[in-house]
Amino acid sequence: MNLPGTQDYLAALPEIVVATLACIVLLIDLWSNDRERLLTWLATQFTLLVGIVLIIVQLSTDVTYAFAGTYVKDILSDVLKLFIFIGAGVAFLYMREYLRIHNEMKGEYFTLGLFAVLGMMVLASASHMITLYLGLELLSLSLYALVAMRRDSAQSAEAAMKYFMLGAIASGMLLYGMSMIYGATGSLDLREVADAVAQARSDDLILIFGLVFIVAGIAFKLGAVPFHMWAPDVYQGAPTAVTLFLATVPKLAAFAMLMRLLVDGLGPLHDQWQGMLIILAVLSMAIGNLVAIAQENIRRMLAYSTISHVGFLLLGVLSGTDQGYAAALFYTVVYMIMGLGAFGVLVMLGRAGFEADRLSDIKGLNQRSPWLAGVMLVMMFSMAGVPPFLGFWAKFAVLQEVVAVGLVWLAVAAVVFSIIGAFYYLRIVKLIYFDEAEEQAPIRGSSPMRVMVSSNGLVVLLFGLFPAPLLGICIAVFTRIELVIG
Amino acid sequence: MLENYLPILIFMAVGLIMGAVVMAIGYLLGPQRPDSEKGSAYECGFEAFEDARMKFDVRYYLVAILFIIFDLEIAFLFPWAVVLGEIGLFALGAMAIFLLILVVGFIYEWKKGALEWE
Repeated sequence: MNLPGTQDYLAALPEIVVATLACIVLLIDLWSNDRERLLTWLATQFTLLVGIVLIIVQLSTDVTYAFAGTYVKDILSDVLKLFIFIGAGVAFLYMREYLRIHNEMKGEYFTLGLFAVLGMMVLASASHMITLYLGLELLSLSLYALVAMRRDSAQSAEAAMKYFMLGAIASGMLLYGMSMIYGATGSLDLREVADAVAQARSDDLILIFGLVFIVAGIAFKLGAVPFHMWAPDVYQGAPTAVTLFLATVPKLAAFAMLMRLLVDGLGPLHDQWQGMLIILAVLSMAIGNLVAIAQENIRRMLAYSTISHVGFLLLGVLSGTDQGYAAALFYTVVYMIMGLGAFGVLVMLGRAGFEADRLSDIKGLNQRSPWLAGVMLVMMFSMAGVPPFLGFWAKFAVLQEVVAVGLVWLAVAAVVFSIIGAFYYLRIVKLIYFDEAEEQAPIRGSSPMRVMVSSNGLVVLLFGLFPAPLLGICIAVFTRIELVIG
Repeated sequence: MLENYLPILIFMAVGLIMGAVVMAIGYLLGPQRPDSEKGSAYECGFEAFEDARMKFDVRYYLVAILFIIFDLEIAFLFPWAVVLGEIGLFALGAMAIFLLILVVGFIYEWKKGALEWE
């Protein structure tokens, strides 16, 4: 029997430390009498900071497999975890502001958030289907509980119930697919699966069965059409603070799941899953952008906007080249930044007992707060893909890779759908700048919140003008590591 | 390549048909002689005392779910105890960590008052 050694523990050190600190944060919160939960919040951010430091200290392009091949530490997992920490840090800051505004401060928001982060880290580093599933469930269960945190609200309870049910179905599909793959290849280790799949015949029925179910499970978790039904209700029903967290950071984990399962594990079946992802991507972009136009609720609209962004993300992955994966990673990170900013503005517009989420609530924002209006303008232009904002480069990078593999019609369709989508982003801009304000309540907000929302807007603008550093990181991730592709 | 997916389509169709057929058979073959007494709600042979849609105490549920968590821990301890001699200190450490995490959860539920009946 091989026992794990120091090497194994070192590779998984960020997870071990975050798990320990998350438990400590839970205990700190229990004994804190502070109504503002400042200590809990600081401890949460400290945990994320420690995580960032640990990742940066160990950052390298070496691929280390640990714990008998169930866990992998490579540059992809490192970079993903870094972005997860940064995104979660910003999300927790917005969350605290929201909870203060609405007098709902509870420490559990942050501890559950930390456990969700831990789940995402495990997902990013999984090289075995059991590890992957473990991380996915830790993430999902934390998110279900977060959505249900506002117990007295019927809307939240309904959203949480739907999320839980559909999430459970998705997990079931995924497990079913994994069991099929296990039946066909005799292994759950993604490296061994890749070897076995490379030698299998392409019409191996069990293998294709497994692949279909795995793709369906991933599509559920990503919220890709036709597995998107939970997204609008959950986005609308959950407290905005929770929506902003679950809409943004876990997308990185979902990207990790796509890469680990489809590329690392089932890479040799690329011809098969490419077709499935094309269908998912086209449907997501079409339904997402078209249905978003009809929404009166901004959070619902952003949910459909997320669905269409997921379509773009899939475009990058389905190209099947390293550049394509890099473009998809870039797109995911950019989407996270834009989503955080847009929801951050919504958080600032709310006040106790009132969620500013109808289109009419945002009317004339320019008269009430020109600076906040400017940030929202940047976010909307960026999501619509208007140059020179960051979102344009993300779309551009993905489309370039799709054309590079010869799927020109797909790129054309994507462009058409994003032009349709531009309508509802620009409608928000029109409401902000050209309509009379119905709401006259002054917009307050603590100074950290103001600074963070402003810098969020500036990041989108500055990286839009100089996208090279961020894009460079994403490309470096995929050109230096060797993915197991047949 | 597309014909590879035909079995999956058939599989889904068979699944749907099976589900529908089983329910339909029960509906068609079962005797159906409804009358007002049969159709009305009752409670242990009596007229219903109150509406079924009411708020009820979730404390039983809470206690049950907390019990399950700590009951499952025993399910881990048994196989662990059997092979403890072979794995040795490492197993002891691993189980200690597992129990420590459970203790954190226990402290949490205690402090939150989940164990208090009144």
